[in-house]
Amino acid sequence: MNRHIRCTGILTALALVGAPTALTAAETVRLAYIDPLSGGFANVGNNGLAHLRFLADRLNEAEALPDGMTYEVVPFDNKVNASESLIALQRAIDQGIRIVVQGNGSSVAHALVDAISKHNRRNPGEEVIHLNYASIDPALTNESCSFWHFGFDAHVDIKVAAIAEHLANRPDVTDVYLINQDYSFGRAVAAAAEAFLPEARPDINIVGSDFHPLIKVKDFSPYVAKIQTAGTDAVVTGNWGNDMSLLIKAGREGGLEAEWFTFYVGLLGGVSAIGEAGVGKVKQISEWHANVPNAEMDEIVTSFKAQYPDFDWYYYRLGTMMDMLTQAINDTGSTDPEDIAFALEGMRVDTPIGEAWMRPEDHQLFQTLFLATLSNDVTHDVENSGIGFVTDERIELDDTILPTTCEMQRPS
Amino acid sequence: MDTAFFFLFNGIVYGLLLFMLSSGLTLIFSMMGVLNFAHASFYMLGAYFAYQISTHIGFWPALIFAPLIVGCLGAVIERYGLRTVHRHGHVAELLFTFGLALLIEEIVILIWGRNPMPYSVPSELDFALFEIAGNSYSAYKIFMMLVSISMLLFLYGIIARTRIGMIIQAALTHPETVDTLGHNVSRVFMLVFGVGTGLAGLAGVIGGNAFVTEPGMARALGTIVFVVIIVGGLGSLTGAFVASLLLGVIQTTAVAVDVSLADLVATVGITTSAADANDLMHKTLSQVAPILPYLFMVLMLISRPRGLFGTRDA
Repeated sequence: MNRHIRCTGILTALALVGAPTALTAAETVRLAYIDPLSGGFANVGNNGLAHLRFLADRLNEAEALPDGMTYEVVPFDNKVNASESLIALQRAIDQGIRIVVQGNGSSVAHALVDAISKHNRRNPGEEVIHLNYASIDPALTNESCSFWHFGFDAHVDIKVAAIAEHLANRPDVTDVYLINQDYSFGRAVAAAAEAFLPEARPDINIVGSDFHPLIKVKDFSPYVAKIQTAGTDAVVTGNWGNDMSLLIKAGREGGLEAEWFTFYVGLLGGVSAIGEAGVGKVKQISEWHANVPNAEMDEIVTSFKAQYPDFDWYYYRLGTMMDMLTQAINDTGSTDPEDIAFALEGMRVDTPIGEAWMRPEDHQLFQTLFLATLSNDVTHDVENSGIGFVTDERIELDDTILPTTCEMQRPS
Repeated sequence: MDTAFFFLFNGIVYGLLLFMLSSGLTLIFSMMGVLNFAHASFYMLGAYFAYQISTHIGFWPALIFAPLIVGCLGAVIERYGLRTVHRHGHVAELLFTFGLALLIEEIVILIWGRNPMPYSVPSELDFALFEIAGNSYSAYKIFMMLVSISMLLFLYGIIARTRIGMIIQAALTHPETVDTLGHNVSRVFMLVFGVGTGLAGLAGVIGGNAFVTEPGMARALGTIVFVVIIVGGLGSLTGAFVASLLLGVIQTTAVAVDVSLADLVATVGITTSAADANDLMHKTLSQVAPILPYLFMVLMLISRPRGLFGTRDA
């Protein structure tokens, strides 16, 4: 898989070197996909790449772009590493690509935001736009916001606020425990929970908050014992990957009855690793899941699975992102990042399950969110595990809106 | 107090699992004088084989067959790989096992993919056995403990009480003499390598479903196993046993302690500014718990390079 992608990348690069100027801008809109394609998180990055390619193919088939233009996805491997990402960005710019798509790792997103604003300041007329589909550090659309950055996933505060709203109507939950990975993202989750939960329900007690090192813990049972001893009704965790699977498995072994509020249980590998341990207990807050009834999405889920049997359709927001980008290019008749950026500001599009709005003040996308629980009685399961999500609550766009502190510097 | 007991218990179970891995590694080291970097890879293979077997004929046959297959594989690798490389000295051997670890990881990814396998605890053992202070204790954990202890007794019995055990002990320290006495030392080496990797495979069978079966599992546990044998003393079984339990208990109990350096100095009357919760002074012991084994190893190497029970310097 990997090698295949790398080869395609090299071939694309060679093809571009061979034909430097003739077939640029007018015919092909190239998207630089900068995400991990090798190393420990390769499966996550390859999953996103499969999504993006699938979407690009569909839009090309439908001739969604004006004047016979087509999309082309050019992958760059960044190994979720900030400095590798900057090298990848430079390579993309050298190839004349001006639209960057990136998702994993808020540290990567921050590095790219900085590098891109610097590049755009120094190279007027050759600006680059950054479409971020998964890094959700709230700072990216608050204090560190940039005109050239657009966040398509609900950021940590929005997600935690939605969980808090849910808990406001759940008098059976009073004692909440926070356990998170010890880095910027985990700390953002804990800070958001400490701010929003007591606000939503003053009688909620945060009975404990733990930070553990990233991907270092093998045995979570001592953490579970702490959670248990604190008399916890619900656990809020931003953990992903093995840190999440091991935690939830240890919870089941320790006989923990608490509910889990997670962000990423549906992400590649999560459900397989947790298995039955999560059924009825583990919840996820996200913009979509496969069992939201919708004929249009059902078709995408099935044909994506047929084309990429290793993956499940997960990044609903990538669909929204590509629709918005396509509309921006159609509206302006231009592929210039500055025109695209102005067109995206304030844009509203209808997605299959509801409206999505790109707030002009901070370039944060707002969309319908779903709080869902793992169940073994579902139409669409995850990773052929027989387990999938059922909706607990649908949170409408207007209820997800939070204020921003962004002071956007726009090009004059 | 009950909670303390719970933590201790957890630490012992984890420690025993570590010992199953490190016992094989330390035996192989004392015989061949080489650190087997691929040792944790056999642990991973054990988990994957067990998963594959359990999808066809269930967990219990997997418990027997997976370690046997891993052990045989280990013996074959020793016979046709390591023994050939042995002639070229320790560096070649070290590089060989290092390459082997990478190779096994890639093969596992090639066959099973990068995602975790849905290898789960058998339903017969998937219940809470007893409860301490509100924390229930799963039957599977106790089962893990029993398997490790019986393995340990079995191993001890063989090494201390049987003829082959005597030959192994002799071959550890005086291979040439044993060879001259007419014993086939090469075969003893192969046997020990096979049994050592088989033990790692067994640890994989019972650890793979308790934790997660995925291609990164070897690397994650590999480092900690080295810590165990260095702290215990290279080549010492007793040392590996004590160090496994010690590290298991330290790592799990430290999680329960929410004391930071700032709290410590506060007890003697110096208060530090609580402004930044992210600085070193305010990191609690529970936050740094998973790093403690490595700290312990470094301190051990500085103060006592041969480890707790070792006879030669690391």
